[in-house]
Amino acid sequence: MKSRHKKILVILLGLAGLGIAAALILNAFQSNLVFFFSPTQVAKGEAPTDRAFRIGGLVEVGSLKREANGLTSHFVVTDTAKSMPVVYTGILPDLFKEGKGVVAEGKLGKDGLFTATQVLAKHDENYMPPEAAHALEQAAKAQTTLVK
Amino acid sequence: MIPELGHFALIVALLLALTQATLPLIGAQRGNLTLMAVARPAAQGQFVFVAIAFGCLAWSFLHNDFSVENVARNSFSQLPEIYRFTATWGSHEGSMLLWALILAFWTTAVSVFSRHLPDDMVARVIGIMGLVSTGFLAFLLTTSNPFLRLLGDAMPADGRDMNPLLQDPGMVIHPPMLYMGYVGFSVAFAFAIAALLSGRLDAAWARWSRPWTTVAWAFLSAGIALGSWWAYYELGWGGWWFWDPTENASFMPWLAGTALIHSLAVTEKRGAFKAWTVLLALTAFSLSLLGTFLVRSGVLSSVHAFATDPARGAFILGFLAVVIGGSLALFAWRAPKMLTGGRFNWFSREALLLSNNVVLLAALGTVLLGTLYPLLIDALGMGKISVGPPYFNAVFVPVIAPALFLMGIGPLARWKEASLPDMVARLKWALAISLATGLLLPLTLKGFNAWASLGFSLSVWIALTVLIGFRERLKNGGRLAALPRAFWGMQLAHFGMALGVAGITLVANYQTERDVRMNVGDHAGLAGYTFTFRGTTDHVGPNYRAARGTIEVSEGEKPGGKKLFVLHPEKRIYNASGMAMTEAAIDPNFFRDVYVALGEPLNDQATTWVVRIFHKPFINWLWIGALFLAVGGFLAASDRRYRIAVQATAPSNAAAQGA
Repeated sequence: MKSRHKKILVILLGLAGLGIAAALILNAFQSNLVFFFSPTQVAKGEAPTDRAFRIGGLVEVGSLKREANGLTSHFVVTDTAKSMPVVYTGILPDLFKEGKGVVAEGKLGKDGLFTATQVLAKHDENYMPPEAAHALEQAAKAQTTLVK
Repeated sequence: MIPELGHFALIVALLLALTQATLPLIGAQRGNLTLMAVARPAAQGQFVFVAIAFGCLAWSFLHNDFSVENVARNSFSQLPEIYRFTATWGSHEGSMLLWALILAFWTTAVSVFSRHLPDDMVARVIGIMGLVSTGFLAFLLTTSNPFLRLLGDAMPADGRDMNPLLQDPGMVIHPPMLYMGYVGFSVAFAFAIAALLSGRLDAAWARWSRPWTTVAWAFLSAGIALGSWWAYYELGWGGWWFWDPTENASFMPWLAGTALIHSLAVTEKRGAFKAWTVLLALTAFSLSLLGTFLVRSGVLSSVHAFATDPARGAFILGFLAVVIGGSLALFAWRAPKMLTGGRFNWFSREALLLSNNVVLLAALGTVLLGTLYPLLIDALGMGKISVGPPYFNAVFVPVIAPALFLMGIGPLARWKEASLPDMVARLKWALAISLATGLLLPLTLKGFNAWASLGFSLSVWIALTVLIGFRERLKNGGRLAALPRAFWGMQLAHFGMALGVAGITLVANYQTERDVRMNVGDHAGLAGYTFTFRGTTDHVGPNYRAARGTIEVSEGEKPGGKKLFVLHPEKRIYNASGMAMTEAAIDPNFFRDVYVALGEPLNDQATTWVVRIFHKPFINWLWIGALFLAVGGFLAASDRRYRIAVQATAPSNAAAQGA
């Protein structure tokens, strides 16, 4: 093989490698995007039932209940306009509290129960997860428009 | 009085930085030696004044001066002294002051260790660093003044305490280490800009810039590893890397820096890849700034996002635009004039290092995409999305794998032209052994697993090629101690990668965990150990109260085995903030960590708890590997040849041009 041919071969191989890598990346990217929905959006039926997504809002006061095994907890997430029931098995983060902001990732069942695989930890007590703040803001806006 | 003194020192530092940024650059352009001579004293003076400002802030923290807003917000009278000191950089303002201090420190280091450099080069490098300093000091004074006072009734009786998560020895050294790395890339950046300005991009330039870049990279490696270690034992989730945007913010400059130190090697030895090396130097520092923007502007939700103030975000974003835009424009204007030297064959050390660079940048691209895309979508008002660890794991691992394979070949290949049959002959046994290990080892553990195979093969491959490297250097006689430090440094760092890859592979594929509900006296078995819960006792710390659990660990997964050790995980409530925190207990050794954390009490008497138990095989190899990277970096940077005075045009450069 001449050196020119070798060079072309190397370049072609490189391009093929890059092409495969790009396809791999975009595919993984597409299937791993996690969308966010507020309880109001979920109530309107905007959220998918076949893939995982995130919800956020406040943990309704008085809604946290544990099953006898101690590991499964039920609570209600609200954006003050709509609320939705959530079930989670595992240890809740230190800063999970009733009346405080929360973000959970999981799937929505046909019965409207959200099965969380992850409840996101916050790092600071006074800190509101931006997604939860966003959900509350949207709900507040919707309510003021109704009043008008 | 002291805080005002600090504030005043900061203003003086800004004025000195302005001087440092203007006069030497003008002097270098006009060939005026008097103006150029301003560079060193201005830089050193700036360092002194930033250090005074930093000292004043530290003094306010140590003396509990709660009339200073920053102290009131981030400290507490009961906080132990060491944390009162580290609280100095525990807030947004203090953290930016540390940034400025470390930048001034690096500049001063350049001013001291540059005796053998031409005057105009020194003036330009220090001038560029002065521009960066000016930006950061102006940022501090206009948007993030750490010395603001709360006077009269506004002054609180006591502080609000430092975030409990940061009250930890790991956090004492993580930020300074990380910043030494982040900010250290500003030296490589300044050298690159200075070379573009002067039009002298030669091997000598690469040789000057190499040790600085390597040292910064070593600090960054250590800083990232410390951050990961902290997350592992402090957050109580047992994870060591979450692909959190703040982690990515430090990882991206590291990837660019890794590419840069390899590309600088080619530029120094062969005079090739000049434009590429310059571009990487600009990229590495731009990514450091991007990381600062991401972490400091409050666009991300994490322990680092102290406060959301739009003015700060806008300032850093503007600064980022000026630095990146300005340096790229200069590059576009000057780069075409650069001579490319050193022809090489498609199979040679140059070509292999180029491939390594391409792979590293591709990996960097995947991390950048996953980190910025959600922010972009949010900024455009197209909804809120997040990109989680599954994306990064699925993409990053296969993309980076070729770089790990090339690591084995590159150091053994010859410059200019290597022979494929010769390489095959030298490496066939290493290849066979690593493939065999990769295929067989998973079978002896838990059955075949493609990811584990890939990880084991690559780890063994890198380790074996490091050994071959040593053997070939010593083939014709010679002593280990006589080998150059640069060679030792490279090999140690590469061996560190082998250790790290082995650790990651083992812990990612073979760790086990259980969340169990435990009454006093209950047993739980995991990974050949039995855990027996002996209840909790109340414990009072300096600024917190805790429930301290006692968990006995014995041999075998059935109760009654030999007693091995006792662990005391804690659940703390901090006095000032009322914040709850999990303090995990770990029994570490060379081959595994046993990790337990208390979840929450399930009854009022606190006799029943949810307990989280982990068995983490070989996790410590990860931190040991990172230590090897850092030590390797420092060793390589201390190589003798960087300390010998070099002429402006080194002979090796002339040879490379002629070849």
